[in-house]
Amino acid sequence: MTHTGNPDKRWLDPDASPFIEFRGVSKTYAGIPAVRDVNLAIYQSELFCLLGGSGSGKTTLLRMLAGFETPTEGSVWIDGVDVTHIPPYERPVNMMFQSYALFPHMTVFDNIAYGLKRDGVAKADIQSRVDELLALLRLKDFGRRKPDQLSGGQRQRVALARALAKRPKVLLLDEPLGALDKNLREDTQLELIKIQESLGITFIVVTHDQEEAMTLATRIGVMDEGYLVQTDEPHTIYEYPSSKYVADFIGDINLFECLVTEDADNASSLYSAEIDATLEPPMGLSAPANQVLWYAIRPEKMRLSREPVSASNVLSGVVHEIAYLGDFSVYWIDLDTGFRVRVSRPNISRMDHFAESWDERVYITWDPEAGVVLTQ
Amino acid sequence: MTPKRLFQSIAARQWVAWVPTAWLLVFFLVPFLVVLKISLSESAIAMPPYQPLLQWVDAGLAEIRLNFGNYLFLIDDPLYLASYGESVRIAAVATLVTLIIGYPMAHVIAMAPEPRRTLLLILVILPFWTSFLLRVYAWIAILKTNGLLNAVLLHAGLISEPLVILQTDLAVYLGIAYTYLPFMVLPLYAALSKLDRTLLEAAEDLGATPWVSFVTVTLPLTLPGIFAGSLLVFVPAIGEFVIPALLGGNDTLMIGKVLWNEFFANRDWPIASAVAIIMLCLIVGPLMWLNRLQSQADAT
Repeated sequence: MTHTGNPDKRWLDPDASPFIEFRGVSKTYAGIPAVRDVNLAIYQSELFCLLGGSGSGKTTLLRMLAGFETPTEGSVWIDGVDVTHIPPYERPVNMMFQSYALFPHMTVFDNIAYGLKRDGVAKADIQSRVDELLALLRLKDFGRRKPDQLSGGQRQRVALARALAKRPKVLLLDEPLGALDKNLREDTQLELIKIQESLGITFIVVTHDQEEAMTLATRIGVMDEGYLVQTDEPHTIYEYPSSKYVADFIGDINLFECLVTEDADNASSLYSAEIDATLEPPMGLSAPANQVLWYAIRPEKMRLSREPVSASNVLSGVVHEIAYLGDFSVYWIDLDTGFRVRVSRPNISRMDHFAESWDERVYITWDPEAGVVLTQ
Repeated sequence: MTPKRLFQSIAARQWVAWVPTAWLLVFFLVPFLVVLKISLSESAIAMPPYQPLLQWVDAGLAEIRLNFGNYLFLIDDPLYLASYGESVRIAAVATLVTLIIGYPMAHVIAMAPEPRRTLLLILVILPFWTSFLLRVYAWIAILKTNGLLNAVLLHAGLISEPLVILQTDLAVYLGIAYTYLPFMVLPLYAALSKLDRTLLEAAEDLGATPWVSFVTVTLPLTLPGIFAGSLLVFVPAIGEFVIPALLGGNDTLMIGKVLWNEFFANRDWPIASAVAIIMLCLIVGPLMWLNRLQSQADAT
């Protein structure tokens, strides 16, 4: 569920001015780099996901936006203001912490009211604002409870309500759904999107869960070893990954190391020794001969058949293993070179008696435009 | 588990529980009963200097004489009430001074990175390795009219004539605060190091300046440590004898000093015992009350 229907993709508009900007931001801890030269522009009302494994620098980047860390180099801008050296309590951002960080000695009401009290909001206004948030997050009857009298899902909603209370320009969410079980997580993801769209606040979500990022995000920034390696819409990240790392990190993929070859007519094609096959590149390939490239193809874009087929991309092998996953099945096929290819197929009918089975010789084929060529 | 082993393990467990119980019985409850007994007897010029409670009047007839006169005397004579009041006041002020000095210390230690944190903790405990009496005498050398402190202040030109600190209440506060500081710092350190730092970040994120986040988050969450530390200082400070005797003036009336006078100068053991019993009640009362507050707070 991506926001492809969203009419204003401001990041595509060259004249749009970014709402949040990281300009050449680096952060090192005792000489060890955590974030390296990140340049990133995020636009108003986006739901931006920072995706990466642990230690990729995504949380550090978020904490620099909140003001808990100061960049070693570069600057951070919010709404046209350089906030690099502004303390957290003066920034127009609020954060929802991974551990929720609810004040254990305060009631739910006082937790949500905390930020409003700091701003000196009038008592009656605090009351109505908190009531409004309690209603929005279905917490009406819990105002007088203490955090340790709540379930995980309720605590998570209190944390969200507290972060929303001051109507921040930007809401930062650090692994917001990490502690919830699967069903609750899916419901909450949809709820988050609903809240974000109805309030129009810019959300920045840090997550290591690619499915979560794909569900929530208008755009995803993938981080690896402190670098921001790709920033794109979820669809683009999945279909057109910019590097082997992104291709491998998001979803499953088969990667073949290839060499660019040229025939007599100067038409280039790809040869991969790993699978002993010549592959037709998806689009016009402009790479010098003998350059090493990687050809990436997703498992669900490949087809299986028992009969040899005449097409441009054909591989042949023996079924090594089949995993039935309910909605689809995964086949691991051993090619004659010993290379193992992963193919997946939706289980359209309940009993597929004609399905390929173990140790059977099969042929794999796919459309040329289904693959992606990667240079790094 | 065989029946024999089961029996052994139960026996072992009871044995473990009995050791501290026996210890308390022998070294606390029995002496307490002896003191209680003496406080209810009449003073006499004898060895020991009081009359026994139980006397054989005739063959087969025993007489128990309980004398509550000592307690009535304590209530009658304003000197004792005044010195109880003074003890509580001095102990309270000294506890407050210790808290004000100890809290920032504990805070700095709890926030320090690991190797330095251990070093600072050792430094807090280190004075215990020297004789307590020696350290109090050192304070005399510092505070007296021609002592170290006055010499430094005079030399620096901050004062024109020496300050009189020794033999005042101020010296007693300083002495108690100095001596009992570790008892304050350690429970505070325990409470502060348990504090979840992300709570402080959350407070700051919601617009609290560091001071406001301290008052609204750190302070309420370390209240148990403040209670524990204050009790550990306040309770022994009420009965403190050495510090007011050495650092305080003649008009510093603390109950420990009164007790010492009754016991050794007047040789009136029954009165001295009554003073001790009332002091004990004075300390145990608030202690039990606080304990109940604490368990109520834990229950909710």
